[in-house]
Amino acid sequence: MPEKITPIVMPKWGLTMTEGTLSAWHVAEGQTISPGQEIMDVETDKIANAVEAADGGLLRRRVAQVGQVYPVKSLLGVMAPVDVPDAEIDSYISDFKVPVSAEGEEEEATSYRFVETPSGRLRYIQRSGEGAAVLFIHGFGGDLNNWLFNIDALSGPVFALDLPGHGGSAKAMANPGLEALAAAVVSFMDAQKLSAAHLVGHSMGGAVAGLVALQEPRLVRSLTLISPAGLGPEINARYIDGFVASESRRDLKPVLQYLFADADLVSRSMVEDLLKYKRLDGVQQALRGLAAALFKDGRQALNLVEDLARLKLPIQVVWGVKDAIIPAAHAKALPNARVEIIDAAGHMAQMEAAGRVNDLIKAQIAR
Amino acid sequence: MARKISIRQAINEAIDQEMQRDPTVIVMGEDIVGGTGAPGEADAWGGVLGVTKGLYAKHGNRLMDTPLSESAYIGAAIGAATCGLRPIAELMFIDFMGVCLDQIFNQAAKFRYMFGGKAQTPIVIRAMCGAGFRAAAQHSQMLTSTFTHIPGLKVVCPSNAYDAKGLLIQSIRDNDPVIFLEHKNLYGHESEVPEESYAIPFAEANIVREGKHATIVTYGQTVHRSVEAASLLAREGVECDVIDLRTLSPIDMDTVLESVENTGRLICVDEANPRCSIAADVSATVAQEAFEALKAPIRMVTAPHTPVPFSPALEDLYVPSVDAIAGAVRRTMGGERRAA
Repeated sequence: MPEKITPIVMPKWGLTMTEGTLSAWHVAEGQTISPGQEIMDVETDKIANAVEAADGGLLRRRVAQVGQVYPVKSLLGVMAPVDVPDAEIDSYISDFKVPVSAEGEEEEATSYRFVETPSGRLRYIQRSGEGAAVLFIHGFGGDLNNWLFNIDALSGPVFALDLPGHGGSAKAMANPGLEALAAAVVSFMDAQKLSAAHLVGHSMGGAVAGLVALQEPRLVRSLTLISPAGLGPEINARYIDGFVASESRRDLKPVLQYLFADADLVSRSMVEDLLKYKRLDGVQQALRGLAAALFKDGRQALNLVEDLARLKLPIQVVWGVKDAIIPAAHAKALPNARVEIIDAAGHMAQMEAAGRVNDLIKAQIAR
Repeated sequence: MARKISIRQAINEAIDQEMQRDPTVIVMGEDIVGGTGAPGEADAWGGVLGVTKGLYAKHGNRLMDTPLSESAYIGAAIGAATCGLRPIAELMFIDFMGVCLDQIFNQAAKFRYMFGGKAQTPIVIRAMCGAGFRAAAQHSQMLTSTFTHIPGLKVVCPSNAYDAKGLLIQSIRDNDPVIFLEHKNLYGHESEVPEESYAIPFAEANIVREGKHATIVTYGQTVHRSVEAASLLAREGVECDVIDLRTLSPIDMDTVLESVENTGRLICVDEANPRCSIAADVSATVAQEAFEALKAPIRMVTAPHTPVPFSPALEDLYVPSVDAIAGAVRRTMGGERRAA
């Protein structure tokens, strides 16, 4: 009765992950797991995170050893009801093969795409699926990889793009500012023939999503704003200015630690990846331009509260209570938004509390 | 996945993009375009190992083949640099530097200083270095410390394609003379490289691998051997920091010292001859600045103090091997006290 057996496998976070180290088990054999429960910690060369159970069940076997490295999708544990005999579990484990994705599927999941738009060449990733589309919009200095824990958690069609000046998109902007970024999102959606999508925006990307909803309400089904800019005056100048100015690992690392409630999440490879981005020609200019237009002297230049308060579409605001970049107090600014405050997260709630944020996004889509 | 290209392609792309961006960038050297004896067409060779191939077709006479006179064309390139161009001069093999050394160390390296900052010499001298290519004693040397000894010169030696592109672009944009050393055994080595232009600042070492027990400091070809040694050691429970210096002058001693303060053990791996080498220099600085942090004597793993042998068997023994590096780390850890 192999259909009664449920595998627990190594997750795949982001485009480049091929293997991960199991750093801890949080459940013992014989324990019952409920969906969403944190069952283990996994570490890659880029990031460490807790893995939440996709399915519930009785944990019969911990196949993976702590401290060992396992390829993506390989078997780490086995859940099965108590009436499945041990011998059957043994044979399930010995017969288990890491699933090989069909050609095309692998291609889609692991490749960056590019599209020419009036806002320049934009890089994005896309995952197909049924239902309403979701578009992820990253924040200042971020890129589409900020959503590595979120993209695969949703079942519908998902898009994540790099805004102009960011990631692998064109770096030049004629007039750096929120208008230019929102225009890029609109032209991206036009180029993808996306008639409407649920927008999920983080930080500056939250303000971008808000502006898109104000300018082109036809394109937006709902807004999920994670620690968004545009809802109050304060922003951490040490972060913004430090991020723009840092050229070395030593300077950048302490700045990045502002982003997380758990500063240990800032790995060497995260710092190195951001330095690689910051070294690209045109990035310094783009970041300086955006910082000057939006976040000068530790104040946010734009406040979207009054305009967003008049919007009729569903809005939810998600904030990590330990946010050291934009204070969580801004979460209450919109009277027409559902507000979700997350205890154990900083500014990057979509990474630090990925499971919770994914549930909130799914709920917002279903509404 | 991002695009993977070789060091050879990365260097070619860096030169190409900088020539497109800045009309003052020119390229000079022996056989870099066609070369005497090439089969009758321009752009036939692109240098002895094909690094500049294809650039003549795009940039025409901004690339020029020179006569076989290093003192003449290196001198001409240095003169052009002081007059507003940004020449990339290819010395083919670094072993040939003796012919034109006065131009480099007494002229290019001194101009900014002796003219009170009024002159600048934005020249890049590219050259192949290193052993393992069966090219014998006059075409296989590292000679890195010959240049790091001289104030006024910057010295770069990348180990991978990402660093090669970013450091060469930085070298071209830099206003001082830069000796850019390309290990001839690494030209085919591939890694992920952005298509866009980018510059890696000097004196920013790369931490290739992290560990808490020992620090391996190296550059060039031996970076890869050190990483391999560190993987072997990890299976024995010994975790190493592997630091790729990337630029030898200026040098990022902060990263080295920080690492040694964590691990307490230093192994310097250098393909150059040992006396007054980068390995010796790093060892001396750590002994002076972080002696209290050391739990064991510093070890150097280098080539012997001999010319590079032409015998393939001996040449293979000449360059620090994975086993020699792992053995040195084990000795600092307290095992294998007798020399392996």
